[in-house]
Amino acid sequence: MTERYDVLIVGAGPAGLAAAQAAASHGARVGLLDAQARPGGQVWRHDVRRAAPRAARKAIAALHQVEILTQHHVVACEDHALLVETPQGAERLTYGALVLATGARELLLPFPGWTLPGVAGAGGLQALLKQGWPIAGKRVVVAGSGPLLLAAAATLRAHGARLLGIYEQAPAATVNAFARQLLHWPARAAQAISLRARLAGVPYRCGSIVRSAHGEGQLGAIEIEGARGVHRLECDQLAVGYGLVPNVELAGLLGCAMEHDGAHPQVQVDSLLRTSVADVHAAGELCGIGGLAAARIEGAIAGHAAAGDDEAATALLPQRAQARRFADLLRRHFALDPRLHALATPQTLVCRCEDVTLAALDGFTDARAAKLATRCGMGACQGRICGSALAELGCFPRGGVRPPLFPARLATLALAESEPSFSDEYRGN
Amino acid sequence: MNLSGRVRLTVNGQPVEVPAGASVAAAVAHVTLQFRRAVHGEPRAPLCGMGVCFECRVQVDGVAHVRACMTPARDGMRVQTDD
Repeated sequence: MTERYDVLIVGAGPAGLAAAQAAASHGARVGLLDAQARPGGQVWRHDVRRAAPRAARKAIAALHQVEILTQHHVVACEDHALLVETPQGAERLTYGALVLATGARELLLPFPGWTLPGVAGAGGLQALLKQGWPIAGKRVVVAGSGPLLLAAAATLRAHGARLLGIYEQAPAATVNAFARQLLHWPARAAQAISLRARLAGVPYRCGSIVRSAHGEGQLGAIEIEGARGVHRLECDQLAVGYGLVPNVELAGLLGCAMEHDGAHPQVQVDSLLRTSVADVHAAGELCGIGGLAAARIEGAIAGHAAAGDDEAATALLPQRAQARRFADLLRRHFALDPRLHALATPQTLVCRCEDVTLAALDGFTDARAAKLATRCGMGACQGRICGSALAELGCFPRGGVRPPLFPARLATLALAESEPSFSDEYRGN
Repeated sequence: MNLSGRVRLTVNGQPVEVPAGASVAAAVAHVTLQFRRAVHGEPRAPLCGMGVCFECRVQVDGVAHVRACMTPARDGMRVQTDD
């Protein structure tokens, strides 16, 4: 089955929702697809037990003349077409212009015990929770880095978790400097104050990192290294995340040029958010982690440009610059402590899909050679977790992307028009 | 979903009830934290919560390798984790 859209948008988070609204305002036939069962993305993920934020409800209600295609997983791409898998089968969606709004995922770093059930990402546990994960009465520790920890902790508390503490890796001096800068961003300051109020009584410790997790078959305790040495804390769940990395896999498959922010690739765009590939636009986190405000404004810019209205897109550029300045502030103040790169021991599993230890990767300098020799990155997640972690640890950059983007059914692959392309990047060049 | 806004399914044969819209992952967590067994037999549970890590794979109505975190729970579903 083939459907044709003037503008097709991948990712129904804040950027994708804004892009859909902008593109549809010009009368274009717009399709908005997402792998999740409901629109909202991660930050506006639907909470089955609580009402969604007003901004999220408004953004979703504002969509007129937009076809929302949920549980659509992009598997491969062809010329101006995407091959998608749905619970019902497979489809080919063709487009005049494509807007990538694939967002970001958490940066999850290996440490001894991180494979124990009970250890999840910070945003990860928040996402599970919003979909009904039982947490009431459980002893939970939140750790990692960035303001996301506070948001995750607030959700945990609202659902009845017993929060034992929030452990931020950034030192107190830089976190305080960040807080002072918030004075220039009144809306952000108000948000931070409201979060802190909702977390009253919960210890917030800076310069602290979770060194290891312990338990038989599931998490029972963690070891935390803080300003006053190492201590042990018994807990049922650990929510630990070290910030975000852009989801660039589909952009990579399409051949979009990348640039790097530290160890992690992001999509290169021009001032109107056009990628290096004709008719492919990008908005939000995959152009560099920028947060909710940047995602919303960039989505609108990309949506207008994809529908052919460069003037409407250009008018929004000053707002984008403002939103991106806040992202720079975050990046400067929550840079990762080099101690985090040394948590994994030689015996720590790095590739969780194939059970590959850090020691097994000794001496490898590229992802493809490591994969061929050790199976690292060859499992179901296709290196999304270990690849980003190894890049962050300075071992080697992530390997290239090839179809299928996700494990897919044979019937889906049978619909693909062409042979998978083996790009130079995949060959390891 | 029934009139009460709850969904009833089974996990490893045990009946479980979750709110409408809840994920299979949430339903499984009511019964066990062991979703799958890794290559060397260790138990694993969801890590990323958003469909990226594949640690939450379970069997749903006989179909293997279904990501529990990406799948809404439905009435009558039969979910099986690794032994």
